[in-house]
Amino acid sequence: MSNLSKVRHDMLPNLPPPASSVGVIGWMRANLFSNITNSVLTLFALYLLYILLTPTISWVFINSDWTGSSRDACTSGGACWVFVANRFDQFMYGFYPEAEIWRINLTFLLLVAQVLWLMLPNLPYKGMVAAVVLLVFPILAYFLLYGGSFGLEVVETHKWGGLSLTLVLAIVGIVAALPFGVLLALGRRSEMPIVKSFCVVYIEFWRGIPLITVLFMASVMLPLFVPEEMNFDKLLRAMIGIVMFQSAYMAEVVRGGLQAIPKGQYEAAQALGLNYWKMMVFVVLPQALKLMIPGIVNTFIALFKDTSLVLIIGLFDLLAIVQAGLTDPKWLGFSVEGYAFVAFVFWVFCFGMSKYSQHLENRFHTGHGSR
Amino acid sequence: MQSDAKKSPSAPSTKTRFWHDPAKRALVFQILLVLGVFAVLWFIVQNTLHNLESRGITTGFAFLSQEAGFGIIQSLVEYSESSSYGQTFLVGLLNTILVSALGIFFATVLGFIIGVARLSNNWLVAKLASAYVEIFRNIPLLLQIFFWYFAVLRALPSPRQSFQPFDNVFLNVRGLFMPQPMPQQGFELVWWALLIAIAGSVVLARWSKKRQDATGQLFPVYKTALALIIGLPLIVFWLSGSPLTWDEPALRGFNFRGGMTIIPELAALLVALSIYTAAFIAEIVRSGIQAVSKGQTEAASALGLSKAKVLRLVVIPQSVRVIIPPLTSQYLNLIKNSSLATAIGYPDLVSVFAGTTLNQTGQAIEVIFMTMLVYLTLSLLVSAFMNWFNTRMALVER
Amino acid sequence: MTTNTTNSAAARELNDELMVELRGVNKWYGQFHVLKDVNLEVRKGERIVICGPSGSGKSTTIRCINRLEEHQKGDIIVGGTTLNNDLKNIETIRREVGMVFQHFNLFPHLTVLENCCLAPIWVRKIPRKEAEAMAMKYLERVKIQDQALKFPGQLSGGQQQRVAIARSLCMNPQVMLFDEPTSALDPEMIKEVLDVMIELAQEGMTMICVTHEMGFAKTVADRVIFMDKGQIIEENDPHNFFNHPQSERTQLFLSQILQH
Repeated sequence: MSNLSKVRHDMLPNLPPPASSVGVIGWMRANLFSNITNSVLTLFALYLLYILLTPTISWVFINSDWTGSSRDACTSGGACWVFVANRFDQFMYGFYPEAEIWRINLTFLLLVAQVLWLMLPNLPYKGMVAAVVLLVFPILAYFLLYGGSFGLEVVETHKWGGLSLTLVLAIVGIVAALPFGVLLALGRRSEMPIVKSFCVVYIEFWRGIPLITVLFMASVMLPLFVPEEMNFDKLLRAMIGIVMFQSAYMAEVVRGGLQAIPKGQYEAAQALGLNYWKMMVFVVLPQALKLMIPGIVNTFIALFKDTSLVLIIGLFDLLAIVQAGLTDPKWLGFSVEGYAFVAFVFWVFCFGMSKYSQHLENRFHTGHGSR
Repeated sequence: MQSDAKKSPSAPSTKTRFWHDPAKRALVFQILLVLGVFAVLWFIVQNTLHNLESRGITTGFAFLSQEAGFGIIQSLVEYSESSSYGQTFLVGLLNTILVSALGIFFATVLGFIIGVARLSNNWLVAKLASAYVEIFRNIPLLLQIFFWYFAVLRALPSPRQSFQPFDNVFLNVRGLFMPQPMPQQGFELVWWALLIAIAGSVVLARWSKKRQDATGQLFPVYKTALALIIGLPLIVFWLSGSPLTWDEPALRGFNFRGGMTIIPELAALLVALSIYTAAFIAEIVRSGIQAVSKGQTEAASALGLSKAKVLRLVVIPQSVRVIIPPLTSQYLNLIKNSSLATAIGYPDLVSVFAGTTLNQTGQAIEVIFMTMLVYLTLSLLVSAFMNWFNTRMALVER
Repeated sequence: MTTNTTNSAAARELNDELMVELRGVNKWYGQFHVLKDVNLEVRKGERIVICGPSGSGKSTTIRCINRLEEHQKGDIIVGGTTLNNDLKNIETIRREVGMVFQHFNLFPHLTVLENCCLAPIWVRKIPRKEAEAMAMKYLERVKIQDQALKFPGQLSGGQQQRVAIARSLCMNPQVMLFDEPTSALDPEMIKEVLDVMIELAQEGMTMICVTHEMGFAKTVADRVIFMDKGQIIEENDPHNFFNHPQSERTQLFLSQILQH
């Protein structure tokens, strides 16, 4: 036996780490006070938090007034949520007749039910539900919201407003832009030069201009483009503008999804004898669409925020209706409350959706999304 | 699908039907598309001409030389109510460029700080930075502009009760009033000194590189250059007898006169644009730095490079390639978003041209066309830059 | 080149000078005890091969030696200097310790030559001409001199790993650490990298290699160390290690790895 030989027959036990490296103290040492610079930064951040949070919390919660019917109820010196509470229905539904508000509620309830069905894993018939959301539901929603048949009273679009209008604009924008986006993306990847250049020009044109000029164009130029007899509703004009604008962004999302499909899938589909449209519809698009969901959610977030621009052409979305409420002489001086409320609503929607899209991306990346 | 179909016409036994030849099919399809596009365009042009005629609007760009007849609250060039619509366009364009340039500067600085803070070893700092990103990018920009304008700046006291954070600096509902530096005779020398300092720094950098190549010795170029660029003009300024006076703002009647003014519309737009865009830039910076794999940092530190040199020589050159393309598209977004100015009355291109001018003249087609052309030109320039950058900087792969 | 002409490395006269010394090193990842009382002495010119199942702590051990990982208990002494939290101290030690990674980690934005010159120029402060000449010398030694002006992305895995070895050698390190240098390579490229490593060993470089290449261990190692569950189970000269393993765990590991 050589002198180099060393053997261990008894295995060493697992020991707990030294106290200084685990637990609250260990964590704080590693993450907050690992060296002098870090400790200074930590103290500075704590100070910053203190000077930001204490007045905010006291304004929002502790010194605030929640109930009452006029500004006289606001005596505590903090936020006057009475303003928001009193106008809450208007902020949600605009000037929609009170007796008909159930129609908006029903529409969004149906939508939420369908979207939840699509979002929750392990539920069957997802394809069918998706088809209903994209094809049947818009027609149903139109009859419910606008009325005019099935004994429902017509509610003119100038009475629409508030959060429900914001949601209608954003959802119509996304749902209607999706098919155009798919066609434009396929066109951009096509080998036909005219089709390709047409799609490139279309996409780059709309992506190159601000939404506000699109809305201006829709409200001033669209009426010039069509025969005088055709009279567009203001809301419809805004929707046309938004859909044309959004199609270009959607096309880029779809293109990203198509690029992520490996070449082998195209080759396998061709080897099976599928023609172009069959290959796209049965093999490529179903896979690509699933990969595109995070991108679609992200463009939806962007559009949802951008719908607030319609106030410039005189539609009363959530921001516009709050802005209008702020100029009410009975409630002057509560702009911070009003903006905080709108910010909160937008933030909850956008943050929620962005977390969902991140969750999907992670699921795709780790390969657990293969259902 | 195309190759076997292309071969078959040559085979005499199976004659390809016209509709089954992909090449011909593509031709027909494209001809139909062109016809369709032209039909739509013709329909639009016909209707537009008819509508314009019945409304009595003449087309053409003659209106650009007519007198505008309205004032603009901020203008970088000479402008009055008797100026033409063409000058209105120019003023609007310059105001757009001003707010965009300032916004890009502040958003970049803030965004880089927040993005780096998100990667900090300090848990609290990292969390604060990500809270910033999550809060500000999920609230509509227009709302943020309204908040700063209506809730903050419009709520400031009147000129008589101005805040006075420093001597001769006044903040009130009319804006921020500051002393304006007025260079006197002899101040040109300071500019010359600055120019010489910059040139000297370039020479210094070259010399230091040459010396390092030859002898291996390092020279603290950045620190010396910084000292030179700041120090030399200061010394010259002092030696030449401080040839600078300040035009100080003073309360006359209901408002301040003299000095420099930042109007609240510009301030609100600038603050909102910078804060909002910085949230997106921070994400770009974070993912750009994270895109450089941990192995790169490890390999560089294993060679004995110090932390600062690892960053400068290995991490930054690689992350810049990842960061620049999305960063430029954020800049483009900022430029496009500056058009929200119109909502609070900052006189940018959309506000004074596609707004006021359009309303006064009714020349919708020409005005919208010119406005769009400006933004499209900017977009094209930016994407041209991006393509150039990508081909130049792409990492060489097999 | 050196006195070593036989496979029996133990016959070689070894210098008494200690190059690397680990004394009672313990390390935890959170609550997980990854290194348990690791003791190791490496003398100048010695060649050590560390093997063991995945997750046994072998990579962590050598990554502690140049402080890519921090240990919580025990001492690590490299060339007479004890590792501590002082940044200058860490940088000094890293200059003397070369490391080759499983995934090469070449800098993709620099050419092969620039990869090799980077540290000599910025750390050793050697004039560029000399640095380049030295880099070419080492690139020649790993037989890749004609690729000097290419970018890493243009090279095969085996070529990249040889460049990585040359890059480390350009710092004239006193010890070389190899962290599974062939695991990410296609079979036909393993040999070209191993040949370079064998040549290096024959020139008398102090080497600590984490590898599964048992042929390499038999040929060049002075000592083979078997680790499992964060501890050193067995160490011996290659002949006895492979032919008369003492511990059951070693026997099991060897039977699994040598079956193929």
